[in-house]
Amino acid sequence: MGQTITEKILARHCGKESVRPGELINARLDLIMCHDVTTTPAIDMLREHGINNVFDPDKIVIMPDHFVPNKDIQSAEMVRKIRLWAREMGIEAFYELGNHGVCHALLPEQGHVLPGMTIVGADSHTCTHGALGAFSTGIGSTDLAASLATGELWFRVPESLLFILRGKTAKHVYAKDIILEIIRRVGVDGARYKAMEFRGEAIDALSVEGRMTIANMAIEAGAKSGIMAPDQKTVDYVRDRTDADFEIVKSDEDARYEAVIEMDVSGLEPMVAFPHLPDNGRAVSSLSEKIPVDQVYIGSCTNGRIEDLRVAAGILNGRRVAKGTRCIVVPATTEIWKQANREGLLDSFMEAGATVSTPTCGACLGGHMGILANGERCISTTNRNFVGRMGHPGSEVYLASPATAAASAVTGYISDPRKMEG
Amino acid sequence: MKAHVYRRDHINTDEIIPARYLNMDREADLAKHAMEDIDKDFVHKVESGDVIVAGENFGCGSSREHAVWALRGAGITAVIADSFARIFYRNCINNGFLAIECKGIGKSIENGAEIAIDLKAGRLTDLSNAKAYDFTPFPEFAQNILDAGGLLPCLKVKL
Ligand code: SF4
Repeated sequence: MGQTITEKILARHCGKESVRPGELINARLDLIMCHDVTTTPAIDMLREHGINNVFDPDKIVIMPDHFVPNKDIQSAEMVRKIRLWAREMGIEAFYELGNHGVCHALLPEQGHVLPGMTIVGADSHTCTHGALGAFSTGIGSTDLAASLATGELWFRVPESLLFILRGKTAKHVYAKDIILEIIRRVGVDGARYKAMEFRGEAIDALSVEGRMTIANMAIEAGAKSGIMAPDQKTVDYVRDRTDADFEIVKSDEDARYEAVIEMDVSGLEPMVAFPHLPDNGRAVSSLSEKIPVDQVYIGSCTNGRIEDLRVAAGILNGRRVAKGTRCIVVPATTEIWKQANREGLLDSFMEAGATVSTPTCGACLGGHMGILANGERCISTTNRNFVGRMGHPGSEVYLASPATAAASAVTGYISDPRKMEG
Repeated sequence: MKAHVYRRDHINTDEIIPARYLNMDREADLAKHAMEDIDKDFVHKVESGDVIVAGENFGCGSSREHAVWALRGAGITAVIADSFARIFYRNCINNGFLAIECKGIGKSIENGAEIAIDLKAGRLTDLSNAKAYDFTPFPEFAQNILDAGGLLPCLKVKL
């Protein structure tokens, strides 16, 4: 009886030959990720229960990102508390300002993520790292405290849904459009508690970064994890960053899936998800009226990577951000910022009348650096468009790819990037 | 326990406790803003021991456990919903806070109804019309966590 990649990874981490969906297991954790918002409560819990050590400081990575550079005194105090605690615990991997970045962009970029790992992070988009063939899932602060203390966590082995993506995407159709279409089809709770496994030639054709965009949004369909089997691109990506050993795990041919969903991406068009749920996707070309935007946001753990910035800069280069529209570009990590600078992308943005910030989660979650006022509308390359997500509960967020966001910055209303040629 | 009914599906953690308050992590501070973006008067309406009733996928979105603390801090003792988002559900159990999954409940209970919950029997009763609804009792390991008052007290026993 075959097993999926998810079942195999989980089985290996609880000392079993095989596991089945629905089974409750205690799995050994290879990597634990913490950021600024969810970690302080975990530290308090550990202290309160007299737990003064972590299970293994080398398996813990801390990356303050939500409210950094510290947006106010309270967030400064939070990061300070984590910094001091990390020192006390002997945790070396603390990404301080200057090496900082959005956690899910930074963790794989810095070589922490390896195929076959079990990873937990105190952030819902921890499912991103499944793009490298790891089991990776988001947890809350109590689970984080338990993980830090013991290096283990209980899981219910998830059922797997297999998404087979065939065909070749048209020009200006990207990973973001694929995942918005998948979520439109399955709904925001269509994969609740489940593992979404992706394969097919459309996945093979994507870069590792593009795959991360897809795995990142598995949670927006309610999934526990998103995962893709590693290939040569994955191995090259990892090898460029670390010489640590890893094992490649793949699903068996006769693995069992709760459902198999096939999709041809050839006919897919640029998508935009309307407020206030990520499954409200529509083809941009189908919009019957102009939807003006006050703000364009290009960044986040979904679409703030170098490829994304190249695409956006390609559209903004030599053009101008429309009058009455603000465009904010946030490279997701320091390395991405530097690379974009070397390639002249930051100049393109600034010359076009956009503004570029230091890496931060910032306005993605309505934290700081680009909050929306009542009644304002933003097209954003982020992953969530819930009520009040980027600011006032009376504001609106539309989700799209960097190309669609950049095209909209130029026209001032939600626009099809395919119309930007020439 | 009085039911505060929100018939919607997909009530998310951004609504339960908006990110603008995540620079705080004390339950009492968070409680002042519970459900603020859905219902401005929520915190004034709730009395200690009340419950929330809602539709599908309650608590979807971010992993912020602040959502559980905000509700608990506001006096809520249980959320009863058609279904829950995964991380929120875990967070509830880990805090010893009741998340009761009961299909169809979001459309059945009237706002303000008095509710009684029998955990062992897996049954909740709407006292205003004596109608009863069955739910699947918690699995043993979850019940153990709930009984211990949360995951950490449970762990401490193990450590
Ligand atoms: S960029 Fe946005 S979605 Fe990603 S971790 Fe930060 S706040 Fe969360």
